[in-house]
Amino acid sequence: MEPFTTHSGLVAALDRANVDTDQIIPKQFLKRIERTGFGQFLFFDWRFLPDGSPDPAFELNQPAVQGATILLARRNFGCGSSREHAPWALADYGFRAVIAPTFADIFFNNCFQNGMLPIRLTEAEVDELFKRAAGPGYRLHIDLREGTLHDDAGFTASFTVDPFRRQCLLEGLDDIGLSLRHTDAIAVWEAAHGLPAVGG
Amino acid sequence: MPAPRTLLDKIWDDHVVCTPPGELPLLYIDRHLVHEVTSPQAFEGLRIAGRRVRRPEATFATPDHNVPTTDRRLPIADPVSKQQIDTLRANCREFGVKLYDLGDADQGIVHVIGPELGITQPGMTIVCGDSHTATHGALGALAFGIGTSEVEHVLATQTLRQGKPKSFEIRVTGRLPAGVTAKDLVLHIIGRLSTEGGTGYVLEYTGECIRALGMAERMTVCNMSIEAGARAGMIAPDATTFDYLRGRDFAPRDFERAVAVWEKLPSDPGAAYDRVEIFSAADVVPQVTWGTNPAQVVGVDARVPDPGSFTDVNDKSSAARALDYMGLAGGMPIVEIPLDRVFIGSCTNSRIEDLRAAAAVVRGYRVAPSVRAMVVPGSGRVKREAEAEGLDRVFTAAGFEWREAGCSMCLGMNPDTLAPGERCASTSNRNFEGRQGKGGRTHLVSPAMAAAAAVSGHFVDIRSWEYR
Repeated sequence: MEPFTTHSGLVAALDRANVDTDQIIPKQFLKRIERTGFGQFLFFDWRFLPDGSPDPAFELNQPAVQGATILLARRNFGCGSSREHAPWALADYGFRAVIAPTFADIFFNNCFQNGMLPIRLTEAEVDELFKRAAGPGYRLHIDLREGTLHDDAGFTASFTVDPFRRQCLLEGLDDIGLSLRHTDAIAVWEAAHGLPAVGG
Repeated sequence: MPAPRTLLDKIWDDHVVCTPPGELPLLYIDRHLVHEVTSPQAFEGLRIAGRRVRRPEATFATPDHNVPTTDRRLPIADPVSKQQIDTLRANCREFGVKLYDLGDADQGIVHVIGPELGITQPGMTIVCGDSHTATHGALGALAFGIGTSEVEHVLATQTLRQGKPKSFEIRVTGRLPAGVTAKDLVLHIIGRLSTEGGTGYVLEYTGECIRALGMAERMTVCNMSIEAGARAGMIAPDATTFDYLRGRDFAPRDFERAVAVWEKLPSDPGAAYDRVEIFSAADVVPQVTWGTNPAQVVGVDARVPDPGSFTDVNDKSSAARALDYMGLAGGMPIVEIPLDRVFIGSCTNSRIEDLRAAAAVVRGYRVAPSVRAMVVPGSGRVKREAEAEGLDRVFTAAGFEWREAGCSMCLGMNPDTLAPGERCASTSNRNFEGRQGKGGRTHLVSPAMAAAAAVSGHFVDIRSWEYR
């Protein structure tokens, strides 16, 4: 997993609440058996008109946010289906961080598995960011080590991340590898619960 | 004396393997359910790292999301769907996982067959790469959806990294009025909690109303916990649970001994929840969603709300956007909304009890000429049971299509989809934009309400239905 320590990037603002994972990556694109290549389908039904051309009204199609790496959204981002294809699509499109007042739980967890940082700020801070991001070329600078972010015009905010998740992101650690260090404890639990020992 | 504990506390405490310093707890997972859409990358990850499945016997797989619901003897037309199903088959063979394959008599929606086969049991931790895993909490299990990386983690370690969620008691007093179902109850609850009211919590449904529900109804309620943002919903096991499980394929051999353990699971008197909300069952009327999330819901006797009636700015803009997508105007009576399609199925409402309720409405009637209606049983077992009772003939005589088991038009990954602009009364769980097909418009309702809408061509209040 790619480590996340600091990141500076262009902000794309998606002024919608309850953005569900069906919108982030519609079901017709869940049939791939790889983790890669989902970026082309990100927000597909919003991004493209029925004839396949980009919808000029959709936020991510604005010329000013091309190359954005930080997504700003309203509350309950990532609700609905557990599909990890949602963070895969966001990451593959180029996003490294998503900022919203609240996130749905499963999506929130899935982000950390993919080197992507979901940042919870207050409603007031997110409001302020939407105002600032209305201007062209709006950039934010995120520092996960400090748990802070700022722009170039005096905005600063802090955020918290579960210490374990934070450490995994900072070091790009493989979750499974870490857990397999506790195989003995798992075996003890299994034996205490009457399960036969795992062979070999 | 030990402090009183909730059902969640008891299951949680029993399953924490260890909490290494500076790390999240490792939670032991008793049962892992797998389907074709969220597992291929997890198995591939194991293969790349040279890892194996720690407990294949705790893992059960079935294809459900992608499968055609037409004649199973025919080849799968969509090559990409076929590849995903073939991949599941190959992965289960390679890693020694039990598979209920397409041709298997017990294939079905993973959240229908888990309880049906007795794989789901009280006190267990159960996960699946699917947000509707909450369903299994109806049997007194802690069950929740996970992402594909977590699927891989569970396959490799039989554990999950997990912080303890907060507990939220949803107490429902009294009894549901005639014509009002578990689906209406849960939609009513979601409408009040909002789509994120349950975020960070496990919902425990309690109270007289919940105790009076049968297992299928309890599964409907727990299933939709995720639509209020809660990863899990649960109901303490009782005689209804034990009677349901007794004799099922994977039920414990020494059943009475298991019951003695399960009887200790319900929350202790005085156990504290992080949050409590009380609902009165008498307040619930048949529900119909009007928008593009399940909390955008009203009673069938109400009107489509005007976006201006919402005070919160997010709610206001969401409502305006939803009405635009749904092709509805504020102020329109719900019963005047005309329908093109009706879908009875999904992990929310495709069990035999759901099909019986729908068939009772349909008996002696014909589907309205303007409507195309479809029934998709939740599993091969449900289908056979329905056919043994003659429900299939009730449906087909009325003009419904009678299909093979799968997720079908709940999410339209298979050929069962809405065309752009088509409006559907659906017994499923999500009315998101494009969920049932790009441009499709979904209204969530109970099976009886869906059946009555199919006959009438528009929504009707099931409480005044004339049963034949």
